[in-house]
Amino acid sequence: MSCESLRILIADDNDSDRMILQAIVKRQGHQVVAARDGVEAIEKFKECTPQIVLMDALMPRMDGFEAAEVIKKLAGEELVPIIFLTSLTDAESLARCVDAGGDDFLSKPYNQIILQAKISAFNRMRIMHSTLQEQRDQIAENNEHLLQEQQVAKTVFDNVAHMGCLHARNIKHLLSPLSVFNGDVLLACQKPSGGMHVLLGDFTGHGLPAAIGAMPLAEIFYGMTNKGFNMTDVLREINQKLKNILPVGFFCCSCMIDLDFENQDIDIWIGGLPDAILYRTNGDVVKIKSNHLPLGVLSTERFNVDTYKFEMRPGDRFYMWSDGIIESRNEADDMFGESRLLELFQQNQSSEQLFGEIQSAVQQFIGDKEHDDDLTMVEIAMMPEHELGLEGSKVGKSALKGPTNWHFTYEMRNESLREFNALPLLMHVIMEVPGLRSFSGQVYTMLAELMSNALEHGVLGLDSKMKQTPAGFAAYYMARAEKLKEFNDGWIKIMVDHQPLEKGGVLAVRVEDSGEGFDYSDFNNRKLVRTGYSGRGIPLIGSLCRRLEYLGKGNIVEVEFVWRPE
Amino acid sequence: MSVTTSKSADGNVINIRIQGRFDFSSHQEFRDAYENADDSVKEYLIDMSETTYLDSSALGMLLLLRDFAGGDSAKVTISNCNHDVKKILTISNFEQLFTIK
Repeated sequence: MSCESLRILIADDNDSDRMILQAIVKRQGHQVVAARDGVEAIEKFKECTPQIVLMDALMPRMDGFEAAEVIKKLAGEELVPIIFLTSLTDAESLARCVDAGGDDFLSKPYNQIILQAKISAFNRMRIMHSTLQEQRDQIAENNEHLLQEQQVAKTVFDNVAHMGCLHARNIKHLLSPLSVFNGDVLLACQKPSGGMHVLLGDFTGHGLPAAIGAMPLAEIFYGMTNKGFNMTDVLREINQKLKNILPVGFFCCSCMIDLDFENQDIDIWIGGLPDAILYRTNGDVVKIKSNHLPLGVLSTERFNVDTYKFEMRPGDRFYMWSDGIIESRNEADDMFGESRLLELFQQNQSSEQLFGEIQSAVQQFIGDKEHDDDLTMVEIAMMPEHELGLEGSKVGKSALKGPTNWHFTYEMRNESLREFNALPLLMHVIMEVPGLRSFSGQVYTMLAELMSNALEHGVLGLDSKMKQTPAGFAAYYMARAEKLKEFNDGWIKIMVDHQPLEKGGVLAVRVEDSGEGFDYSDFNNRKLVRTGYSGRGIPLIGSLCRRLEYLGKGNIVEVEFVWRPE
Repeated sequence: MSVTTSKSADGNVINIRIQGRFDFSSHQEFRDAYENADDSVKEYLIDMSETTYLDSSALGMLLLLRDFAGGDSAKVTISNCNHDVKKILTISNFEQLFTIK
């Protein structure tokens, strides 16, 4: 049997016994450290750190039992097997060896085979022990690392997911996380134009996987709300993002509301969450059923943003919750259920107390049982906006500092004109003007019509008169496709200028193209001619703008769009 | 962007549904949708619930359909427009030519 070379301490006061054992052990390929009594054994142990100890039980100065105890202590967590060498045979003495920390006995006279077997068996045990310990340490370290990471991630998550205006006086909420991360998201944000968006989301699953989806959701929610996007735009964007990033089967059941304090109404979009409830001051309970799939399921084309709209009087309250509330179970595994929830509304005396009543009813129902889902619930009340207690709140203010006084020129040439749609890019820059977002539809139409005129009639030289007949209409767009492939040295230059007014601003756009221009005397005299199936673009722009004017040889057009916040 | 059509049980009404942006790029598809329909079709329903945007060439296309369907006697209904689309139709006075719901 081959065996790795070990350092073995042999302690025996009997010289001849020690010599014999030493010779046997050496012959088996190990190094030997010898000691004549317990005290020396301890010294040698400290000095040479042997891996296995063979020790006589009875020795002068300090016996083997005592030395074994000291050596075990010195070895600490490391396993140093101690085998007692003894001529003792009575059970009591052998038991003392074990009590002192001995691992085995070896009777004199020594049998070489047994000795070898014991040394290698204990060596295997020693190695196993140290492997186990390394792995234990590794696991402990990993676990600590993981907890640390989760703690940091949770801080980031909380900063992202729970900023906003959840502390407004019209909001009461309950968030009880099942694990470090919550599968539920609750977001609230004031709109720059007044009003408030609130979103409650329940991701499939709990913990980290759920929290990961919550991050982009929160970013989009706050980012877009602050920039003045309306609720349907925010929902579309979130849905698309989640659809793109979440694996199939992961999605977010959500309910989002748009609260208008001025007109005193509420817009509700709900997909996949339990019925929300609008609780009127007169005691009426309006149930609002989910009529959409959760966010992150449907592609953008199929995603539907229809909302419910309700009038909401001061004191009316809106409730939404994750399924954790009605699905919470008691000791007997019964569910809290919708009927218990509705009963609370019926029994309620003062709507001010209702939120607390629901909370304690659910808590009492569950008892000491552990939650099996995240419990999230929010109440949003209608009240005058100036009573929300959000004055001076930092949220959203940064977005209001967007640029309002600027000018840029963007020129597109040849292949850029052929292949690139510059509209989203231009819109992106223009829409940074705070408040202008509400007019994005009109600004887009204006730019789109100006650009397509510049390209089709200017750069490509197509005559809209072609579109006078159905056949001509088709021919026009065939010619457009042909010429778009062929043209050279074409360009369109767009100059956009924005200047703020006391309220709103003036957006001026000048589009110049490389084309031949046209006789625009009729246009500027407002003698607009609509012939056949064309000529609707310019009147469309004209009705949106304060000024529309052709210049130069007709290859330059200037428009001015004046906007005022609603 | 895509155009899908469906017909009522009696074959008298054709429903043309436009998804995404309605602009010149959908010209051929839109035209095929009504030109390939049977003679039994008497009424046209343009479903714009999923139309995100409409430009002036789409206005031209709607007029083409109207003339194809009989001009002033045409029965063309445009339904479920979003805010932006409706605004463009209104500015162009299309409610005088079409039934807009």
